[in-house]
Formats: sequence, C-alpha cells, structure tokens
Amino acid sequence: MNSMLERLSKEFRVTDITERHPGLTTLTADKDVAETLLRELRDREGYTHLNFMTAIDYIERGVFTLVYMLHNYATKSTLSVHVNIDRVNAEMTSIHTLWAQAWTYQRELRELWGINFPGSPRVEEDFCLEGWEEIPPMRREFDTVEYCERTFTSREGRGTVNPREHMAEIIFPNRGGDK
Amino acid sequence: MIKSLSTDATLANAGLSAEEQDLFSNARPTAYEPYSIKAVEDFANWCRANSLWILAFGTGCGAIELRPLMTARFDANRIGVAGRPTPRQASVFIIGGYSSVKTLKRIVRSYEQMQGPKFVIALGICPVNGGMYWDSYNTIKRLDQYIPVDLYITGCMPRPEVLVAGALELKKMIKEGRCDGANRYVENFDWYKANQKKVIKKWDMPDYNW
Amino acid sequence: MPQPPTHSSSLDMAQPEPIDLSSGKYVKLWQGPQHPGITGNMSLELTLCGDEIVECKTHVGYLHRGFEKFMERRTYIQNFTVVCRIAVPEPTFNEYLYSAAIEELAGIEVPERANWLRALNLEMMRLASFLMWTGGMSGAFGLYTVPNWTLTYRDYILDLFEELTGARIYHMYIVPGGVRNVLPDGWKARALEILKGTEKMMREVDRVMMNNAVFKARSKGLGLIPPDMVDPYGIVGPNARAAGFKRDLRKDEPYLVYDQLDFEVVTATASDAYERAWVRQQEIFQCINLIRQMLERMPDSGPFQAQMPNVLHWKIPPGETYLKAECTRGEYGYYVVTDGSEYVRRVHVRGPSYTHAIAVMERLAVGTNIADIAGLMVSLHTYPPEIER
Repeated sequence: MNSMLERLSKEFRVTDITERHPGLTTLTADKDVAETLLRELRDREGYTHLNFMTAIDYIERGVFTLVYMLHNYATKSTLSVHVNIDRVNAEMTSIHTLWAQAWTYQRELRELWGINFPGSPRVEEDFCLEGWEEIPPMRREFDTVEYCERTFTSREGRGTVNPREHMAEIIFPNRGGDK
Repeated sequence: MIKSLSTDATLANAGLSAEEQDLFSNARPTAYEPYSIKAVEDFANWCRANSLWILAFGTGCGAIELRPLMTARFDANRIGVAGRPTPRQASVFIIGGYSSVKTLKRIVRSYEQMQGPKFVIALGICPVNGGMYWDSYNTIKRLDQYIPVDLYITGCMPRPEVLVAGALELKKMIKEGRCDGANRYVENFDWYKANQKKVIKKWDMPDYNW
Repeated sequence: MPQPPTHSSSLDMAQPEPIDLSSGKYVKLWQGPQHPGITGNMSLELTLCGDEIVECKTHVGYLHRGFEKFMERRTYIQNFTVVCRIAVPEPTFNEYLYSAAIEELAGIEVPERANWLRALNLEMMRLASFLMWTGGMSGAFGLYTVPNWTLTYRDYILDLFEELTGARIYHMYIVPGGVRNVLPDGWKARALEILKGTEKMMREVDRVMMNNAVFKARSKGLGLIPPDMVDPYGIVGPNARAAGFKRDLRKDEPYLVYDQLDFEVVTATASDAYERAWVRQQEIFQCINLIRQMLERMPDSGPFQAQMPNVLHWKIPPGETYLKAECTRGEYGYYVVTDGSEYVRRVHVRGPSYTHAIAVMERLAVGTNIADIAGLMVSLHTYPPEIER
C-alpha cells in the first residue's frame, strides 16, 4: 500500500495523501493525469471496483472537486481520488471506457453540477430533471428556497421557526433559550 | 378559485409537434351531470362506492403501504378496493406522497386518461403542504393546485389501517354525492392548466389527454 | 429476424447501430412509470422486434427530491430525520450509515450495547426487505399466493419494529450517538415466535416458488450475468454472489458486531434470475439465524447512548469519510464531507441500484422476451428512490 502510494506520488505527482480511517485513503491528482492514473490503478493495482464518482462544489476556491472512489477487493482498501477542476467551463475527461457504469454518473454530474464530459454516451440527455431552465441545482449558488418560493405556492398558514431557537426554548425554558 | 373565463371550445395543443397535432383531440373536458331522478343517481353512487378500483401507479413512498393493504393481512379487496393496471379501468388515483415535477407530468396525464367518475386520494403530509420537502427544488408543494383532491390521508407513512379508514370515508362521501373533484377540474380547467404549465417546463403532451 | 446488437466485450460502450423505427420491423414501447410490473417509479423505453427486446433505455428521476441539496441546508441533527426517506423499503441502512459517518467525523464512541441493537435493527430490516422482494419476485412470475404469505410475515416484523421504535416504515431509531431506546419487556419472546413462523413459511415458499415448474422454466437462464461483467459494471451484493464472487461486507470488512457472529456467505455458480432468487432465499435463513444469535448474546444492561455534545450548536471538524454497509442489494455507502461548520458540506449516497437498474439493466434486457422484463427487473432487486435520491 505504502510503496504504491510512494510510486504514485513520484510518477503521477499525486499530493495530499491522507489516511482517513483504516482502509480509506484520499489523494489529490492533477486533471491531466487523472484518467491515466485511474487506468493504472484499475489495471495494475487491482482497484477494479468503482464505488461511485461525485463532485463537491468549493465555490470559495472556485473549483469543483471530482471524487472517484475506487475499491480493491483483494487488499480491502478504498482509494478516494480527488481531482480539482475549474468551476468556469467545467470539463473533465470521460472515464466511460474504464467502467461501464461511469457514464451514468457523468450524466448526473452534467445535469446537476453542469460539468461536461465530452464523448460520454447520452451525456446530453435529461437524467433526474426534465426541462430544467435554471443554473444546475447542486451548485452552491443555486438558492433552492428562493426557487421554491418563486415556482411553487404554499398553503396559507405555514409558519417557519428557527429550529435552534425553537428547541432551545423547549429544552431550557427558564433560561430564555440557550445562549 | 378562478372560474373558467375562456369561451373558445377547443384547445391549442401548442406543445405538440406538427405531425402529432392530428393524433390528439383538442376537445375540452365536459362536466358530469347527475341523473335527474335522485333515486337513480343514488343507486349509481352506491355502485361507484362499492367498486373502488385504484390505479397501480406508485408515485412516491406511500406506495409501499399499498402492498400490505392489498395482501392477506389488511386485504382491501373485502371492501371493494382492487388494483387496476391501466387508467382506463381505474376510478381512484392514490397519490403516494410527494410528487416530483417529472412525476407530476405523468400524474396529470394518467389522471386525465381515467374515465369518470374518478376520485383522488392524496397520501401523506407532502401533498398537503410540501412536508419535509418544503425547500426541495423538485417536488411540488400543494397537489390541489394541479389536480383536484377529494380526500387527504395524512401521516408519514399513513398506516394501512388509516388507508382502510380513508377508503371507507371515500365510500361515504361518494354515496352522499360529495366527491365532485372531477367536476371542479372541468370548471377550473384553465386555472389548473396554467398551474401545471408553470411548473412542468417541458410540456410536450396534449393539453387534455383522454 | 434481425439479430439483436451484441456487445463484443463487457466494456464495449459503443452505441449499437441506430434502429430504424420507420422500417416497420420495430415497435417502441414504454414500460412505466405507470406500470404494475415496475419495481418502483421508473420507466424503461423498450424497442421490440417481435416480442424480443433489441434496445432498452432506462429513465429515472421520477423520485428525485434533491436530498443532497437540502441536506446541506440542515444541521446535523435535523438531517438524521430526513435520511431514512432516501430508500423507502430499507430506511434503517441510511440511518445507520449517516449516524456512523458523523460519529466517526466527530469522534464519538458508541457503547457496545447500541452496536448490538443497531445490528439487530439492520438484520430485521434486511429480513423484512427480502420478504417483500420474495413477494415481488413471485408476483412477477405469476405466483400470487406467495406475496400474500411473505407480505403478511413482513407485516409481523413491522409490528416488532413498531413496538421497538414507534413506527412501521420510517423508524428513526438509530440516532447519532446510539439508539433511541432498548428492547421492551417480552419483545425477545415475541420476536422469536415470529422468526419461527417466518422460517416455517419460508420452507413452504421454497416448495411452491423455488420448485415450481413454471417459475423454474421462466427464470432459469433469464438475465445471466457473466463473471467478467461483475467488476466493470460494479455489480455487488447477491447479484455478484450468485455469479460466484464471495463478497460480503459483513465478512470482508466487519462493522458493528458482525465479526462476533457466525454466518456464511452464500454463493452460487451462475447469476441468472433463478440463482439470484435462490441466493436470496438462503440469505433469509442466514438472516433469521443471525437475529436469533443476536437476541441470545446481546447484553441486557449498560448504556445505549453516548455522551453527546449540545446538538443545537454541533460543529464537526473538517474531514471526509466513506462508510458502507451490506444491505439486501449489496454495498450501500455514505460519503460525508464536513468543513467545520454546523452544516454538512456534502453528502453522497451510493445505492447499489444505481448500477443495477441502469447500466446492468440496459445490458441484460437486450435479447429478453418482453414478458420477462418485469421478472428480470425484480431479480436484480432495484429500488429507484436510491438512484435519484
């Protein structure tokens, strides 16, 4: 495991190697070597199972972090490969040739985050949403409450309480809420 | 609610492509008129109340309690509730909880395809006012803005016993002639259509599918 | 009759030749979302040549509620009430994985007794879910007696859940830090009684379903998953075990108390609909056995909740984790990223149906008879709500 990580950091310049809990290691790779790295991990290191791929929106840093979670059944270790890509014109190499279910994740990422994967099958099709006209909803700047108020109508009489203040009133009635 | 003000008798079906325009009718729905003799109408209502055929369309999580309801333990067949695979044969549409916008399109289509008399039961708290999905961008908050609802059964999940009680309540309402949801849909057709088109952005079906 | 498009290798993602619908040879047919043979609210766009399927496209998203979005707006303790709604027939796995993930990130140690109660809850949920699946599977092949039996026994298990947790479907029993309460008086005896009845009923199901000539004839050879398809497609759980892969997270990476329990990983040789059904039948017996062991060996005293911080001001230090558990369909996982604030930064839910219902289904459906498509779908054990969340 350690020798593999050393080799990866030498050959693929992977950084931020952290062990999160026994069996789960995270590392960060560059965008241009990511596909080769994943192929290498699958073919030579035995990480044959793609658990999932997803994205995290770090709007404050201006990047999307793509997460590829790979699992090795022989050594029972999981590797989480992070790849930072630019938020503007987000685009990433498609890995649909590596795993046969990857195109589904890429369709989802395309629709809910607006990350493009050129060449991925059916990537332009609707996945979860239908006829969506706003910015992709999983982006941090998409305000779901504002969208709901604009699009849907609520029944009259619906009230909103701040859960923290409300619960503090119930739990600590004598203190006027927990401050 | 706003009464239908439109006077033109046909629908535009603007969402359809040119070759599909001829395939669908552009007639508007018509209201149900009860029999003029009250005894006949009462008899018809009694018949309707005792054959509640529900559409087998699990639109949300509420559908999970329909399986115990229909099988041996709660056995809704004994009160005249049976499942039907097609909207054409069904008279009761059970909306199982929340409905996403994509499902709402199918709900509208299935509801309009059902033959009258037809009734809608909404399960759970979500169709009443959004429930815990009040800030979800993809679920509708009030079902009665889009199709008329005759009976709400609240809870999350509503238990099978409550579903049985709801079916009995619906029977009572039908016998008394109080279930006029389908007629409300006809009277306020334009209002419902405007609401539906406001949330269903990809409208590629006829305005009234029957 | 034209041959259906074949995939030369398991990773051949090249789209087959476009099908000329105007040639009159093909019919396009939608199965679902309004269809009784669908395992949930999703739809299949089928292209048929005669009664044989030449192309299948799945359409999901009818149950998309945007969980991952609105969980970012809720505090940690608020989130635990919504996670169970992600997979309707098996909410407990969501509760456990969410709780375990944030316990790991917050560094909370869970008492031993709570671990036993959690494992008991998960196994009971597994049993209930498998019973419902058995009903669906036999119903899809036209045996309408079996659903009446299995769903009734599932209901008895839900009664046990109700007594323990107060709810039939959404229990919200496994909370961050432990569980909500302990077993009520006399609960164990009632549970053992119901397990006995379930076991007896399952032996009869074995006779009328697994040995039924019609069921055998229709399900044998249906939707065969070749072993070289398992890894590239990410097939997990009983679908992979039926193909001979001895993979079970309870054995391979034991969580909770599974390393102290005695059970076997059931495998078969060829993953067709019949063998998959057989593996699940055997797992039901394993499950009953596991629950009995747990009821016997579970500690009867001790704390069942950890000391928790004030959940109204609960901040979790930055970190990320991926936890997984073996649910009825395979690996169920929660990927949680925190950034030190009171709100979770990102939650990703990995449901096994994501691959089974889309990529695998589209591949296996090709060449299948239209009458068997519902049975194929049920035999893969797919739940749409965990695909779109």
